[in-house]
Amino acid sequence: MDVLDIARWQFGITTVYHFLMVPLTIGLGILVAVMHTMWVRTDKPEWLRMTRFWGRIYLINFVLGVATGLVQEFQFGLAWSEYSRFVGDVFGSLLAMEALLAFFLESTFLGLWIFGWGRIPKKVHLATLWAAVIGSIVSAFFIIAANSWMQHPVGVVTDDATGRPEQVDFLAVLTNNTALAAFSHTIVAALMVAGAALVGVGLWHLRKRTLAGAPTTDVDHSVWRRSVRLGGWVSIAAFMLTAITGDVQGKLMYEQQPLKMSSAEALCTTEAPAPFSIFAFGKLGSNECDDVHSWTVPYLLSYLAHGDFSTAVPGVNELQQEYAAAYGATYPDDPSFGDKAGEPIDYTPVLAVTYWNFRFMIGMGMLSAGVGAYALWATRKGRVPTNPIAVYGSLAAVAAPFVANAAGWVFTEMGRQPFVVYPNPDVPRAEQVYFFTAQAVSPGVSAGEVLTSLSTLTVLYGALAVVEAWLLVRFVRAGITTGDGAPTPGHTPEGTPDDDLPGGRDEKSDDVLSFAY
Amino acid sequence: MDLQTLWFIAVAVLWTGFLLLEGFDFGVAALLPVLGRTKTDRHLMLRSIGPLWDGNEVWLITAAGAVFAAFPGWYATWLPALYLPFVLVLVGLIVRAVAFEWRHSHHTEQWDATWTRVITTGSLIAALGIGAALGATTLGLPIDADGTRVGGAFAGIGWPAVLGAVAVLGFSLVHGAVFLALKTDGPVRLAARAFAQRWSPVAALPLLAWAGLVHLRGGTAITAVLWLVAALSVLVAWARIRVDREGQAFTAWAVVLLGSTATIFGAAYPVVVPSTISSAFDVTISDASVSDYTLTVMTWAAGFGLPVVLGYQAWTYWVFRKRLSAEPEAPHAEKIGA
Repeated sequence: MDVLDIARWQFGITTVYHFLMVPLTIGLGILVAVMHTMWVRTDKPEWLRMTRFWGRIYLINFVLGVATGLVQEFQFGLAWSEYSRFVGDVFGSLLAMEALLAFFLESTFLGLWIFGWGRIPKKVHLATLWAAVIGSIVSAFFIIAANSWMQHPVGVVTDDATGRPEQVDFLAVLTNNTALAAFSHTIVAALMVAGAALVGVGLWHLRKRTLAGAPTTDVDHSVWRRSVRLGGWVSIAAFMLTAITGDVQGKLMYEQQPLKMSSAEALCTTEAPAPFSIFAFGKLGSNECDDVHSWTVPYLLSYLAHGDFSTAVPGVNELQQEYAAAYGATYPDDPSFGDKAGEPIDYTPVLAVTYWNFRFMIGMGMLSAGVGAYALWATRKGRVPTNPIAVYGSLAAVAAPFVANAAGWVFTEMGRQPFVVYPNPDVPRAEQVYFFTAQAVSPGVSAGEVLTSLSTLTVLYGALAVVEAWLLVRFVRAGITTGDGAPTPGHTPEGTPDDDLPGGRDEKSDDVLSFAY
Repeated sequence: MDLQTLWFIAVAVLWTGFLLLEGFDFGVAALLPVLGRTKTDRHLMLRSIGPLWDGNEVWLITAAGAVFAAFPGWYATWLPALYLPFVLVLVGLIVRAVAFEWRHSHHTEQWDATWTRVITTGSLIAALGIGAALGATTLGLPIDADGTRVGGAFAGIGWPAVLGAVAVLGFSLVHGAVFLALKTDGPVRLAARAFAQRWSPVAALPLLAWAGLVHLRGGTAITAVLWLVAALSVLVAWARIRVDREGQAFTAWAVVLLGSTATIFGAAYPVVVPSTISSAFDVTISDASVSDYTLTVMTWAAGFGLPVVLGYQAWTYWVFRKRLSAEPEAPHAEKIGA
């Protein structure tokens, strides 16, 4: 493998891994903030316990997201320095704004929330959590604006001296239609992850308590019941919203990246009306489109692409020729293209990857919504499901929206290959800005170095995943009241402050400004 | 002042803010095995930085982000030239971050001791590595006319990197000790004070040497004065900690850093990556910068964002301003939190 392949694997592995934490952080953050708000408004103890239990899971997960996010900030420069130079006028400023306007908010206020129990007024304390959650959402917006600019570069002209894009309209970058669609899709997909966790864990605890003969009238019963009900409704509502936002994205993709759409469908030749493929067989892996056959739903792809039942959807074969005519049949014979210099360009993404990830995304999302609906039905009017297959199935289905999220990103990122910055078809060909992945990698870095970092990070991430999973499982099994071998800490239902939290009892009562005298 | 110079100053301020803030939590973490003789003491030390380290670390992300945003030519030259050291820094920062959170997610002696050691090791690696990177980018990297590193994977690690590494570690150790003396009470406070009393003059030498060398290469009368301020502040900090005036010592030690980084960035300007091969290959701010339009957009964002950030970070420090004392940690403490 050459540097390019290793660096791509490294980016893929570290990013997909990072994105296991991100949707849970965003989704669960919103739901924990809702729980905390409900507690502050109603003073009901179950909302406090839900805040504490789910808040702890949120934090265990959050820190791994922060830690792996560091790699993201640096690896553009480390392994993709030519990309960084090329996109510098747009991309870097979005990352910097994410740090300045979102990360500070997120980490500072989360620190205040964690250590603020009993130290700052109740409503201010609640506001610190909302500030942190808003930080996560703002962060998602900036990074998706950056990613969407790579998918659909807007707001730039080509600098004649350097050949690089020069930003002329920052507002256009922020209001990129690709970014708005992807941002809303990502946020609701994150809520699906959180909803599934509430449902799976809640059902498991309800069943366990019921089998153990625990009362159905105590606070802990309402904790799990409310978790399941909240999670179920969130799963269903968020799934519907992913379908709507996904549909918007599909129509944009048809205009902006038609090859991604036809690759998602393994649609070889242009068809009007175009059918939607349910299941493909044949030689998908060989990237020979003509050897692929599938079961299809007629007209559906035309609808997904353009909202009617007749539109022609261009096929892979036609598009490959169109792109070769527009952007060259072979890579320029230039050292900046590395091993690829002078080689023919395949404008078709890896069909097996785009096709199956697209279906994984949709299928896993539907599965998750189905589990949510089942949970609502099974817990109607105070019922508790005890069927082990259904309950353990729901617990296993916590993984489904994670898979859906990862598959969606793999699809959209692999689907824009061989470009790292995709040419924007709204712009005349001569003024388009685009960049091949093959020319993006750092020229001075050796394969050995990237292989070292790839293996180091992969081993480290694997080890961290083992510890994280072990901690989460342990914590989830233990539940609320015995999670730390102690009753739920914090404010009692009467609202008396807890004094055994950090900085509570241990502190002298003097109120002098001892830090900065 | 032109925008490129303004953003060079902004980047310098962000790196300085990072060293000033994360410096003390690096130092406290590195001193855990030195000053934390009992488990109780170590927990107290960790509590002193618990609510603060993550907010401090965002200064690093913002500093690196600002380098990318304002000077992509700097970012794209500097990082790949020091590829493996930066990866090591990332590993250090990752294990340190998870260790802070995971340490008290499970309650056995072994677990606690392991993650405490991970915090120390990760912090040492990160402090040394970031120091090395800053030393190299101000004193020189072996880059050619295209900004590409020459000489293989380890060519970037020369004496400038070593000097920068030792300088940041030395500064952080004393900074952490003075912070602990200021922030805690009991045996930790005494041990931290004694550490700072003994080591502060020595620990500042690499930092002063680094600043002095950058000054000799490109300094002005102003950077000479700044360097002198830094050097004199070492003596002030030392004198104040010897008479147990921890607050004044902390301030003076902060001035050591401010004077040194002002000297370093002031003397390095306008070069952001000096080449050890030929000064003709030096990367300057105008080679590395983005367009004036983008700099203008960022200036607006930072002009709005930075004061707000400084405001709420100051508020955090106010909320957690109390001196902590080393009573045995309550059995249920830190349940919900980190």
